[in-house]
Amino acid sequence: MIGFGLKVTGAVAAVAAVFFVALAFGFPPVAATQGGLRGTGMAQVAFPADVARLRAANVLPEAQPSIEASGEKSSAVYENVKVLGDLDSNEFVRFMTAITEWVAPQQGCAYCHEEGNLASDKPYQKIVARRMIQMTIDLNTKWKSHVADTGVTCYTCHRGNPVPANIWFKPEPASRMATYAGSRAGEQNRANPAVAFSSLPGDPFSAYLHGAAPIRVQPTAALPGAAGASIHATEGTYALMMHMSDALGVNCTSCHNTQAFAGWQQAGQTRAVAWHGIRMARELNTTYIEPLTSQFPPHRLGPTGDVAKVNCATCHQGANKPLLGQKMLEDYLAALRP
Amino acid sequence: MGIEYQNIFTRVQARAHPHDGIALPAGNWSRSGKPFFAHLMGIVGNAQIGPIYLGPLGVASLACGFIAFEIIGLNMLASVNWDPIQFVRQLFWLGLEPPAPKYGLRLPPLNEGGWWLMAGFFLTASILLWWVRMYRRARQLGLGTHVAWAFAAAIWLYLVLGFIRPVLMGSWSEAVPFGIFPHLDWTAAFSLRYGNLFYNPFHMLSIVFLYGSTLLFAMHGATILAVSRFGGEREIEQIIDRGTASERAALFWRWTMGFNATMESIHRWAWWFAVLCPLTGGIGILLTGTVVDNWYLWAVKHHVAPAYPPYLPAVDPANLPGAVR
Repeated sequence: MIGFGLKVTGAVAAVAAVFFVALAFGFPPVAATQGGLRGTGMAQVAFPADVARLRAANVLPEAQPSIEASGEKSSAVYENVKVLGDLDSNEFVRFMTAITEWVAPQQGCAYCHEEGNLASDKPYQKIVARRMIQMTIDLNTKWKSHVADTGVTCYTCHRGNPVPANIWFKPEPASRMATYAGSRAGEQNRANPAVAFSSLPGDPFSAYLHGAAPIRVQPTAALPGAAGASIHATEGTYALMMHMSDALGVNCTSCHNTQAFAGWQQAGQTRAVAWHGIRMARELNTTYIEPLTSQFPPHRLGPTGDVAKVNCATCHQGANKPLLGQKMLEDYLAALRP
Repeated sequence: MGIEYQNIFTRVQARAHPHDGIALPAGNWSRSGKPFFAHLMGIVGNAQIGPIYLGPLGVASLACGFIAFEIIGLNMLASVNWDPIQFVRQLFWLGLEPPAPKYGLRLPPLNEGGWWLMAGFFLTASILLWWVRMYRRARQLGLGTHVAWAFAAAIWLYLVLGFIRPVLMGSWSEAVPFGIFPHLDWTAAFSLRYGNLFYNPFHMLSIVFLYGSTLLFAMHGATILAVSRFGGEREIEQIIDRGTASERAALFWRWTMGFNATMESIHRWAWWFAVLCPLTGGIGILLTGTVVDNWYLWAVKHHVAPAYPPYLPAVDPANLPGAVR
């Protein structure tokens, strides 16, 4: 006879199993894309629900209708045009319409322009926007190693938000209460979405995407030689990689054969694109964004007074190619890739 | 036949007056606690709870263990600004880290690894005292000391990870942090730093003995339960007086795979497999960073790692002319 207790135990276990399966697993069918040699397990897997969510989150806004050229440069028609001055004046207006839709759809022109005097360098958003247009042009012309011919527009990061949704600040310094015990040891050991909820050091951005701390930690020789990277440095690199993986919605094998992470012989092409991306993020943060710090009002700054900066998620937003690789820039080449 | 013998829990609990145990040798403390029976405990083990022999070693071990537990726990609580709700929510993430690499083997400030050193000292003292206590209890009862030596194998791995290897490497920062996820992330980082621990032959051996232990345990446990209807769980008696249970168990394996262990030897198999798991693992950890820096490259050098043909390869961009750093 099966006892009553056994039946109850079985029923509880069955209910728990159903919950576990429903919460912890994706629903099939799973699409697998091979990214490395057969037998190495180098595949990217996609669940239908995730694919649908990504598609819905990456719908392009309709392109502004093309417009006949006026034949006059914008700098000849409008005052105080410091970037895009060589753009045809009609195309300039078309681009201004697009940028409003991309960055400040609710706030409209007044988000970056003084009403009644569009030429004025107020409010501060205009200064920022001007620098961001220069940055975008720079990305599309000098960083093809990362953005390829697809390129980027303001929409790639902004998606209708005046401040892009995925940004980072330097972390708040530890409180006085944590002076004698409870060291955060480099912001690690807490549930932190920045490092995909691992307990790894929680601010990989300051060191690797703002500073240029060495990322490579694996020795290049079998036997010990000069002092190598510490475990702590390895955890830092690991944290950056967790961010990249999370930001791009891919696993480690997108760029690495995990047999030997340092190798370039297996799937090194995606790794090379990512390598340039890291340098690109550094340049954006140090050359374009950080010098704008004094322009921003205090409420836009982080807990240590630093400006909002970019990481991989700023553009990628969970997709291995931002906006799933759709070529949005093609409709605005005159402005953003002259 | 029937469901009565298809059991995973103990179905019959024998009850008598609680057994106080044999008289202790001179110089021992007395056992503490009035013994009682607990039905639930009887399902998984012996229903009698207590008495326990504490002794000076036990008291000292528990005291040191409590100090280590408090240092770790209070540091975790301090790291969430003494917020009990966050302490519970983030418990699996919280940790106590060893000193930073810059301190080497020197004494760091209290909040930069000093607490870790202190917790490690008291935890080690607690474990070693518990080991001596285990050895002494076995001796006082007239037993062999197999349990103590099996425990010593685990202590070897613990000491290699937290003390011997860091000392050889010249830095406390090489040691393991305290904490659930922190120590797991440390393990992954350790393998990453030293070029993939799966290519470490002693790691391979350790896994063999780990999985081998579970296999042996499953085979032995299943065999004894299967012959329990013939009194097969009375293993010790059957070592010298093989009854029908022992004979059937032996025949089952001899007919299934041509060979069988004996009622005694199966326990030697199990003990050695279990003990060799941390022994070989500890050797593997000890060699990592001290004599081998990158296990994958070591395995390539010795033709252990397979060489795959290139697949979408690239030139390292850092080696291209004019590369940005």
